[in-house]
Amino acid sequence: MDESLNLVLFSGTDDKLQAAAVLTAGAAALGRPVNIFLQYWALDAFRATKIGGDHGLAPEAGAAGRVAVDALARAGQATWAETLRQAKSLGGVDIEACSLSMDLLRLGTLDLDPLVDGVEGVTAFYLNAGDGQIVFI
Amino acid sequence: MTEIAPITTRTVDARGSFCPGPLMELIRAIRESQVGDVIAVYSSDSGSRTDIPKWVEKAGHRLVELVARDGYDEIVVEKRR
Repeated sequence: MDESLNLVLFSGTDDKLQAAAVLTAGAAALGRPVNIFLQYWALDAFRATKIGGDHGLAPEAGAAGRVAVDALARAGQATWAETLRQAKSLGGVDIEACSLSMDLLRLGTLDLDPLVDGVEGVTAFYLNAGDGQIVFI
Repeated sequence: MTEIAPITTRTVDARGSFCPGPLMELIRAIRESQVGDVIAVYSSDSGSRTDIPKWVEKAGHRLVELVARDGYDEIVVEKRR
């Protein structure tokens, strides 16, 4: 089961990033390579100055969803950034920023949290993904 | 011949950690251990009750036992490779 998992992260809300982090950790635990490509608002959430902050939830969460997510956080759920750090410590997880989104958000590599390994274009992402499945979140 | 009950080498208390936290902590402990070491994971996460035994089988280790304690599970794993 060495087929890669390739995640395109577009949304920058904490719930979607949490879901992506859990998928990443599970794949990494099984030894599957994981390539993550950060676009738009997901990339914005990986700014060094923002990664520890509150990035809100997807609209469908509603007020009840907010309460549920907050309760799990208070109960000690690791943040998505921490889960990604754990996944990266297992090895095989590569996180790249989309170069176009870097331009859009006027970011340089020094603006990004060290979780991000580098900046690449979409073609490089596809080449890294090979024949593996691609999931857009 | 009776199998000698393995002695726990290391205990990982992952209670309060949510999926996939207990598995992450078990993997770290296994990497730091020697073949033959026995690791007990305490987990209060219900998903880990199914995930950890499946991972153990996939990774080629041995599930020694999974015991429901008061409010948590004790999952005991022997490192085999």
